[in-house]
Amino acid sequence: MIDFLGKLTWDAIPIHEPPAIIAGAMMVGGFVFLVALVTYFKKWGYLWKEWFTSVDHKRIGLMYIIIAIVMLLRGFADAALMRTQQAISVGSNYGFLPPDHYNQIFTAHGVIMIFFVAMPLVVGLMNLVVPLQIGARDVAFPYLNSLSFWLFMVGMVLMMLSLVVGSFATTGWVNYAPLSEKVYSPGVGVDYYIWALQISGIGTTISGINFFVTIIKMRCPGMTLMKMPVFTWTALCSNILIIISFPMMTAALALLTLDRYLGFHFFTDTAGGNPMLYVNLIWAWGHPEVYILVLPAFGVFSEVTSTFSRKPLFGYATMVYATVSITVLSFIVWVHHFFTMGAGANVNAFFGIMTTIIAIPTGVKIFNWLFTMFRGRIWFTAPMYFTIGFIITFSIGGMTGVLLAVPGADFILHNSLFVVAHFHNVIIGGVVFALMAGLSFWCPKALGFKMNEGFGKASFWFWLVGFYVAFIPLYVLSFMGATRRISHYDASTGWHPLFVIAFVGMLLIAVGIACQVLQILVSIIKAKENQDYTGDPWDGRTLEWATSSPPPFYNFARIPTVETLEPHWDAKHNAKPIFDESKPYEDIHMPRNTGVGAIIGLFAFTLSFGLIWYIWWLVIASGLAIFACVVARSLDHDIDYYVPAEEVERIEHELMLRRNKA
Amino acid sequence: MNKIKNFIIAIAAFVGSSLLTGCKDLVLIHSKGMIGKDERDLIFTAVALMLLVVIPVIILTLVFAYKYRASNPNAKYDPGFTHSTKIEVVVWGVPIIIIGILAVIVWKTTHALDPYKPIEIEGVKPLNVQVVALDWKWLFIYPEQHVATVNYLQLPVGVPVDFTVTADAPMNSFIIPQLGGQIYAMAGMKTHLSLLADEEGVYDGRGYVINGNGFNGMHFKAHVTSQSGFDSWVQEVKSSPNSLTTDAYKQLIKPTEYVQPQFYASVSDNLFEDIVMKYMMPGMDDMQGMDTK
Repeated sequence: MIDFLGKLTWDAIPIHEPPAIIAGAMMVGGFVFLVALVTYFKKWGYLWKEWFTSVDHKRIGLMYIIIAIVMLLRGFADAALMRTQQAISVGSNYGFLPPDHYNQIFTAHGVIMIFFVAMPLVVGLMNLVVPLQIGARDVAFPYLNSLSFWLFMVGMVLMMLSLVVGSFATTGWVNYAPLSEKVYSPGVGVDYYIWALQISGIGTTISGINFFVTIIKMRCPGMTLMKMPVFTWTALCSNILIIISFPMMTAALALLTLDRYLGFHFFTDTAGGNPMLYVNLIWAWGHPEVYILVLPAFGVFSEVTSTFSRKPLFGYATMVYATVSITVLSFIVWVHHFFTMGAGANVNAFFGIMTTIIAIPTGVKIFNWLFTMFRGRIWFTAPMYFTIGFIITFSIGGMTGVLLAVPGADFILHNSLFVVAHFHNVIIGGVVFALMAGLSFWCPKALGFKMNEGFGKASFWFWLVGFYVAFIPLYVLSFMGATRRISHYDASTGWHPLFVIAFVGMLLIAVGIACQVLQILVSIIKAKENQDYTGDPWDGRTLEWATSSPPPFYNFARIPTVETLEPHWDAKHNAKPIFDESKPYEDIHMPRNTGVGAIIGLFAFTLSFGLIWYIWWLVIASGLAIFACVVARSLDHDIDYYVPAEEVERIEHELMLRRNKA
Repeated sequence: MNKIKNFIIAIAAFVGSSLLTGCKDLVLIHSKGMIGKDERDLIFTAVALMLLVVIPVIILTLVFAYKYRASNPNAKYDPGFTHSTKIEVVVWGVPIIIIGILAVIVWKTTHALDPYKPIEIEGVKPLNVQVVALDWKWLFIYPEQHVATVNYLQLPVGVPVDFTVTADAPMNSFIIPQLGGQIYAMAGMKTHLSLLADEEGVYDGRGYVINGNGFNGMHFKAHVTSQSGFDSWVQEVKSSPNSLTTDAYKQLIKPTEYVQPQFYASVSDNLFEDIVMKYMMPGMDDMQGMDTK
C-alpha cells in the first residue's frame, strides 16, 4: 500500500504552514467554485466541443491568454508576500515567512511570471494575430497547436498543485545545481520544477516549430518576407529562438533528472560532476528566452505606434535588420550571467562586449518608434500610453542592463538587488506593457468589442508609478550591499526604509492589476456598447483588420493577395484591392477539432505526477496511454473537412448584414 | 492632474527618505577599497556615457508625443515620412560610437579589474586568506598565520589580500561590497579574488547566492586595522582555546544558522587543499578521515 502511492502520504498536505494552506484553500475553493458553476449551467459539453478540443488558433490563443491572466494574479500574490516580508522582517522581527517558505515563493514567482504569464501571453498573442496577419486560415499544424496548449496546461496545473500537495523548489527560478541536486534538495520541490518546465517546455518547442513553419510556408500570395508585418517578423525570430534554445533547457533538465532519479553525476559536486555545466546550459537557454519574450513585445509596440500615429512604421527595413541581429546576438552573450565564476578576463571581456553590442540594434528600434511618432497624428488610446511608458522605462532598463554587461561593474552589482531591479525594469517596462497594449489593441479583433479605455489608462498610471516606486528603491538598495533573495536583514544595514517604499510600490501595482481586472469585467458587461462591427476599429494597416471582428472560423472567405507592406491600408485609401471579389466563393479546407491534445495532456499530467511522487505504476500506465494516443492519432485519417462554398456565402452574407446594420 | 501630483509626491517622498537614510549606507559609493573605487568609477563612467543617448530619447519621446497629438492642429502631419537616410545614419551611428567607446572601456577594465590579477604594491607582501563557504557560515583560514576564523575577517590596511575561495556546501558568492569584487565559491574548485582596503573600518561581507535556509545569516564583518593591529589580533587568536582539527572541521560543516564569530588558535596544515581535493577525486573522500555529505 505504501508503494502504491510512492512517496505520497498525508504529510504532503502542508497543514502546518498557515500561509501555504490559506493560499491553497483559496485556490482549491476557486477551482471548486468554477467547476460547480460550469456544472450548474451545464456548459461542460460546450466547453469540450467548442474550446478544449478546438484547433482554431484564435480560440487556443484566447485560452492561453485567460490562463496567463489567472496566473498573473497568482504570481503577483507571491510578489506581494515577498514585498511584505522584506518590509517587516528586520532586526528582531523575522516576519511571517520562514526561509523555506520564502524561498519557495521567490522561486514560484519567477517561474510563474516567466513560464506561465509572459510566455502564454506572447504565445497567445502570436496565436491570435500571426495567421491573420499573413492571410492564413490556421497554423501549419493545428492539432500540434492544441497539443502545445495542453502540455503548457500540465505545467501550470503542476505549479498550482505544488501549493497543496507537497512543496515547490526553493532554488530560484533557474534552479542552480548543486543546490537543486538530491543531496541539498531531497524533497519533491525540485521535481515539481523539473516536470512543470519539462512538459510545458516540450509544448513550447512544438509551438515554436509550428509557428516557424506557418510563417515560412503559409503567407498569402504576394507577401514576401520584406512585406511581412513587423509583429510577424518578431514572432518569426522569437520562434527561431525557441527552436534553437528550448532543446538546451530540455537537455539541462533531463541531465538534472538523471542526477536526481538515477544517481548520475552531471552536475553534482562529487564524482567528477560539474555544477557550472548546468549554469552554462541553463543560461545558454535562459538568455535567448529573454528575447523570446521581448522581441514580440517590440513587434506589438511597432504595430501600436504605427497605427495610432497614423503613419507607416519609420525605417521598416532597419527594424527587420535590428530584429534579426538581436536574434543572432542573443546566443553569444549568456556568460554575462556569471562573470563572477572566474572564467578569466578575455572570456569576460568578449561576452561583455557582445552584450553591449545588443544595445545598438535595440537603440535603433527605439529611435524608429520615435520617428514613427514624428509628424504623425497621435491618437492617445491606452495602448499608446503603454507604448510611451515603455520607451522611457525601457531606455532606463536597457541602460542598467548594459551596465551589468560591463564585467568590472558586474563584480559588485551581480546577485544584488540591482539585478532584480534591472530585469523587472525591462520585463515590466517592456514585456508586460507590450502585452497590456497588445491585449487592448487586438481585443476588438479577438472578441468583437473594444476594451474600456478609462480603466485601461488608470491601470497604466498605477503600473507605471507603481513600477518606479517599487523598483527604484531596489536599485538604491543594491548600492547599499543588499543581496537578492534575502528574507531577513539587520537594522544596522539601513535598508528598512527603502524596503518599505518598495512595499508601497507593490500596493500601487496591486491597484493597477485591480484596474485591469475591472477593465476586463466592465468591457465584457458593456460589450454591446463598444461593439466593433466594422472589423477595423483603429483604422488599421495590416491584414488582420481586413476581416470581420471576431473573424469567422476560417479567417478569410477569400485568400488575400497583397502587393504592399500595408495591404489593408492601401486597399482602403489607395484603391489597391486585396480580395478578388469577382470570383465566386470556393470550398474551404479546414482541420477537424480533436480531443487528442487534451487527452495526451491529461496523461502527461498523471505521468509527471507519478514521476514526482515515485508512483511507478502510474508512470508506466500513463506512458503507455500517451503512446496509444499518438498511435491512434497517427492512424486517424479523418482529420479535415471542407466547408461548402454555399455555407461560406451564407456566413459572409450574415456578417455583411451585421456590418451594414451598424 | 491628480495622478501627476501623486506621482510627484511619491518621487519626492522617495528621494527625501533615501537622502535621509541612505547616504552613509550607500557602501558602493563610499567604497573603501582600491578595486571597489575603480569599479564604482567604472559604473559612473558607463552610466554617463549611456545617458548621452538615454536622456535625449526620454526628452524626444515626451516632446514628440505632446507635439504630434491628434488634437494639435498646428503640428505637421506627414505620413509619407517613413525613411530618411540621414536619420538612419544617425540612429545607427550614435549607438555604434557610444558602444564602441564602451567596448574599449570594457576590454581595458575587465583586464585591469580581473579578480585573479594580483595587486602589486612595492615592498608589501600580499596576505593570503583562504575562504570556504559552508552551510551556512564563512570559514576563513590564514595559512601563513596558521589561524582560522568563522564569520569574522581581519585584514591589515593597505596590504593586498589574495583570497582563495572554495565551498564545502552549495555554490555561493563571496563579496565585501565596500571593498569591491565578487567571486563564486564552488566545491572542488579554487577561485581567486584580490582586494585591497584603503581605510581602517568595519565592513559587511556576504554570501550573494541563495544556498538554502540559512542564507540570511551568511554574513560577516571584515575588520580592517593597521598592520600592528592585525599582528596583535593574530596573537590574540593564537591564545584562544580552540583549534581547527579535522574532527573540529567535521563538526563545523554541519548546517548551522546565524553563526557567531569563532576563532581557532591553530589549523591543520592542509585543511584547505583537502577540502578542495575531496570533491576532485572519487575515493579521496576518506583521506584525512574526511567524509563528503
